Amino acid sequence: MRFAPAPSPQATGELALLEARDVSRVFRIGLGLLRGKRALRAVDGVSLAVRSGEVLALVGESGCGKTTLARMLLGLLPPSTGEVRIDGRPVGVLPRREIAALIQPVFQDPYASLNPRKSIGSIIALPLRVQGMSRSDTWRRKVEEMMERVGLARDLYDNYPSQLSGGQRQRVAIARALINHPRMVICDEPTSALDVSVQSQILNLLQDLRRDLGLTYLLISHNLAVVEHMATRVAVMYLGRIVEEAETESFFRAPLHPYSAALLGSVLTPEPGLGVPAAELGAAFPDPLNPPAGCRFHPRCGRALVRCTTVVPPSVATADGFVACHLHDGQEHPAQQG
Amino acid sequence: MNERVLTVEDLRVELPVPAGTLRAVQGVSFHVDRGETLCIVGESGCGKTLTALAVMNLLPARARRAARRMELEGRELRGLSERAMANVRGNRMAMIFQEPMTSLNPAYTIGNQLEEALLRHRRMPRARARERAVYLLDRVGVRPAASRLKQYPHQLSGGLRQRVMIAMALMCSPALILADEPTTALDVTIQAQILNLLAELQREFAMGLVLITHDLGVVARIATRVVVMYAGQVAEAGTAAAVFAAPAHPYTRGLLACIPVPGRTRRGDHLGTIPGLVPSLVGEMRGCHFASRCPHVAPVCRRVEVPLEETIGGERWVRCVRHAEIEPAPRQERQATA
Repeated sequence: MRFAPAPSPQATGELALLEARDVSRVFRIGLGLLRGKRALRAVDGVSLAVRSGEVLALVGESGCGKTTLARMLLGLLPPSTGEVRIDGRPVGVLPRREIAALIQPVFQDPYASLNPRKSIGSIIALPLRVQGMSRSDTWRRKVEEMMERVGLARDLYDNYPSQLSGGQRQRVAIARALINHPRMVICDEPTSALDVSVQSQILNLLQDLRRDLGLTYLLISHNLAVVEHMATRVAVMYLGRIVEEAETESFFRAPLHPYSAALLGSVLTPEPGLGVPAAELGAAFPDPLNPPAGCRFHPRCGRALVRCTTVVPPSVATADGFVACHLHDGQEHPAQQG
Repeated sequence: MNERVLTVEDLRVELPVPAGTLRAVQGVSFHVDRGETLCIVGESGCGKTLTALAVMNLLPARARRAARRMELEGRELRGLSERAMANVRGNRMAMIFQEPMTSLNPAYTIGNQLEEALLRHRRMPRARARERAVYLLDRVGVRPAASRLKQYPHQLSGGLRQRVMIAMALMCSPALILADEPTTALDVTIQAQILNLLAELQREFAMGLVLITHDLGVVARIATRVVVMYAGQVAEAGTAAAVFAAPAHPYTRGLLACIPVPGRTRRGDHLGTIPGLVPSLVGEMRGCHFASRCPHVAPVCRRVEVPLEETIGGERWVRCVRHAEIEPAPRQERQATA
């Protein structure tokens, strides 16, 4: 492994389309009557850059903060500290409408994210209205063209979400996201509510749209097989922090962080005879209200060193990203085993 | 000789709906031996959950159930009174659900709920029931077991709750466990732990295990035998090794082609798809249920009722009139780009 600094977007002169700079978000959580409130750091000092044209996958288990991070990136939630920049401009000063013109979300549950009382046509057209485009014939034509583009029959224009299948509804959500030609789409678990035969159709569609429209994706997913198939780069989140970032290729070949390795080891490919991989992780998911000192992963880590329990591991640059783990910080670690 | 735990023959479940009668399960047959894991796999609406609920006699009140045979440890379950059935349920067979919170009572401690089955079915003194609860909680990894007994379900994480459900299912040493998507709501690293635990316990207590899932990865890794369901019927059944090595039904092949597999599917390539929609199961249907979506469909498929046929070699069942004509699907075939 090299310890050269990772080529940051600034260094290469390549402007990040979307960037989080040392972003944190704290929620005040009430513990019950008379017990006061505690601070929950859902996202803790995350820096992340999405470059134009790439598919960056954000992976991690439930409660790791990936959805909170996504909401901050979309400008839906202000960070407690740190800054989000879209196309080089701080998100705090951009009007909502401008953010929406650049970045659009597609959410997990197409049953929940579509207004049941609006027709398909008006759901897809909503961003046009938000952007102040005057209603005209071109409006309907634009929507119909987009419906066709995402594989929806034009004659569904006047139908309602309840009349559509799960896959069709997700296509509506994608059409709505793309109607104003954003540069980037944040897909939060876009297929986890769908059957596998429908999932593959949506993944194929997302691939085609990205190629044809030059889109950039931030893909939030817990399904590593989907990530491997879709992403160009992977960022792994654990309890509010990004613990590893790498190109997809090298990440799946040789993950560096023990948590990344455990995640990859848990992927159940449809290969009979291999059995279920032994889970090397401790079962106890740490309390986010009371996160462990040092490396937040150390209570579950099979390779933890003494200093992992007290010292927060720094992010160390690798050939194509970084890793935040004492096993890779270049210092002596006599206790380490293969 | 294998000891048969459960035999189900020609199970039918019908539900009255506004449009007529929904024939949700249409003549499903399978059996489970002691020490064996049978996976029932299929997409939403295929009837897999209703099949399990029918065995447990936990169907919604408006549902009608019929079967030629339904035997647990040689005892016919059809026609048992609700009272007799209640003595079987939780005693000789137990069910584990996807979301443990729906089957745990939030108002009672873990200990109370665990002990209840033994108090009820075995009239055991509470102290002895508690002993077994502590033993099983420790066995399933809910530690320290003795103090966990006093906790309430909401105080546990999702993974721990599912472990409690498993311990509860084991309290009376049942001959059969039915698990409906037991790991779908869990994170991937926890999923591996729970599946390993189920597999271990099943061997240790020589139970039959029926695992219902939509996840072919889970099936491949844990199943002894597989039943693939489609639109209320068994499409294909056989040993996991045989079904995955050479899926015979076009639906099984289609499903396997839909999933991305790291190292096997190429990044960015199109995944396989199954075009079209699952047919409505309301009313009578002629011919093969998969005909409208099948790439190998022939006129004969829509004319005749397709039986589930035993294929060469035995222990292998396929419901497809053309399975012998269509080329066997070698595993490599699904790498091909669409």
